[in-house]
Amino acid sequence: MAQIVDARGFSCPQPVLMTMQEMKKTGKGQIEVLVDTDTSKENVSRAATSQGWQVQNVAEEGGGYRIVIKKDA
Amino acid sequence: MAQMKNIFAVRWGIIGVGAFIGVFAALLQKWGNPGNMGICVACFDRDIAGALGLHRADIVQYMRPEIMGFVLGSLIAAFLFKEFRPRAGSAPIVRFVLGAFAMIGALVFLGCPWRALLRLAGGDGNAILGIAGLIGGIWVGTLFLKGGYNLGRSEKTYASVGWMLPLIMIFFLVLRFIYPPLADKPQSGVLFYSLKGPGSMYAPLAVSLIIGLAVGFLAQRSRFCTMGAFRDLILFRQPHLFMGLLSLLVFAFVTNLILGQFHPGFAKQPVAHTMSVWNFGGMVLAGLAFALAGGCPGRQLFLAGEGDGDAAIFVLGMIVGAGFAHNFGTASSPAGVGPHGIAAVIIGLLVCLFIGFTMRRKAV
Repeated sequence: MAQIVDARGFSCPQPVLMTMQEMKKTGKGQIEVLVDTDTSKENVSRAATSQGWQVQNVAEEGGGYRIVIKKDA
Repeated sequence: MAQMKNIFAVRWGIIGVGAFIGVFAALLQKWGNPGNMGICVACFDRDIAGALGLHRADIVQYMRPEIMGFVLGSLIAAFLFKEFRPRAGSAPIVRFVLGAFAMIGALVFLGCPWRALLRLAGGDGNAILGIAGLIGGIWVGTLFLKGGYNLGRSEKTYASVGWMLPLIMIFFLVLRFIYPPLADKPQSGVLFYSLKGPGSMYAPLAVSLIIGLAVGFLAQRSRFCTMGAFRDLILFRQPHLFMGLLSLLVFAFVTNLILGQFHPGFAKQPVAHTMSVWNFGGMVLAGLAFALAGGCPGRQLFLAGEGDGDAAIFVLGMIVGAGFAHNFGTASSPAGVGPHGIAAVIIGLLVCLFIGFTMRRKAV
């Protein structure tokens, strides 16, 4: 079961901070991040990649995005 | 694998945008804007406040078309790329207050972060103190962010909410067209104009507007932000936005060298003073206010252009803050800080600390 980070409505750097926190907490696995601006989408994706996570999927959802990030080991 | 379709959101994109701003800011000086002030969001908002008569400092009154261009350029980009997202409701009154104190702090130093870079690129050593203060203020802001500070969620709202600031800017532009500056007249219709000082120095309307629109467009695409540049570096060791800032500095410097606009030194720099402690202190206040509000003055304009009603409130806070800064004698001049500048910085810092310490609702 993927962890969900709901960062909708928050402006930068909040979505990145929330994602970083979750990545730190879980260490690996799958996290779904909900954001509602393109800036947040780009920033979260960039932050995840820089931490060694993979951006698996970005889907438009309810006027925002659902970003799925994953780290195996 | 998600593709990043936005070419401006990659490293070379942001470097290109920084270069564009740096080159054209230097050129705007050559074409008429004040020294080391090709683009300064704080100064230009202040000039707009003067043009509207919100303060009556007669040397800083001009309806700067660059500002309108920034908002409308961002609006155009947001619509073209389907990124116009009307949203509001994230602590608007706090954003207004932060905008006002950001402006008050910036006017103690005499410039926003963009101008701090342009001043440095023009050889003004005092800018080093300002930039150091800016970094210091942003650093304090990151401590609050780490401690759980946030302004709360915004909500999706009516398109008209997102249109408010762009409409205000269109209205300002219309005023500028209807009431153009008249030779030797301090007033044209409802607008005030400067006959001397920085307010009397401006590039031709079309040039200012077109460059403003281009910068607004590019900055919306690239998310260019000078506060974010330092914040992301401090908070996440993420250099993306910082590359844009560095690019602005380098390209403005090179353009200044080519145009003969580079004059190194501390004394007698254009629209600047040499009181180092307050060049530093003013920007600590501004940097902290930008960090707490989530964007430098430029970024707030671009956000407002893409429908962010809270960023729009910050912008209005800046314009009103400029009114206070000049009416209350808190703004500096080339002679030094204003009679109440130091008090204003201290009060502003206290207000920012109050906001930072008390707004810690957990982000869940």
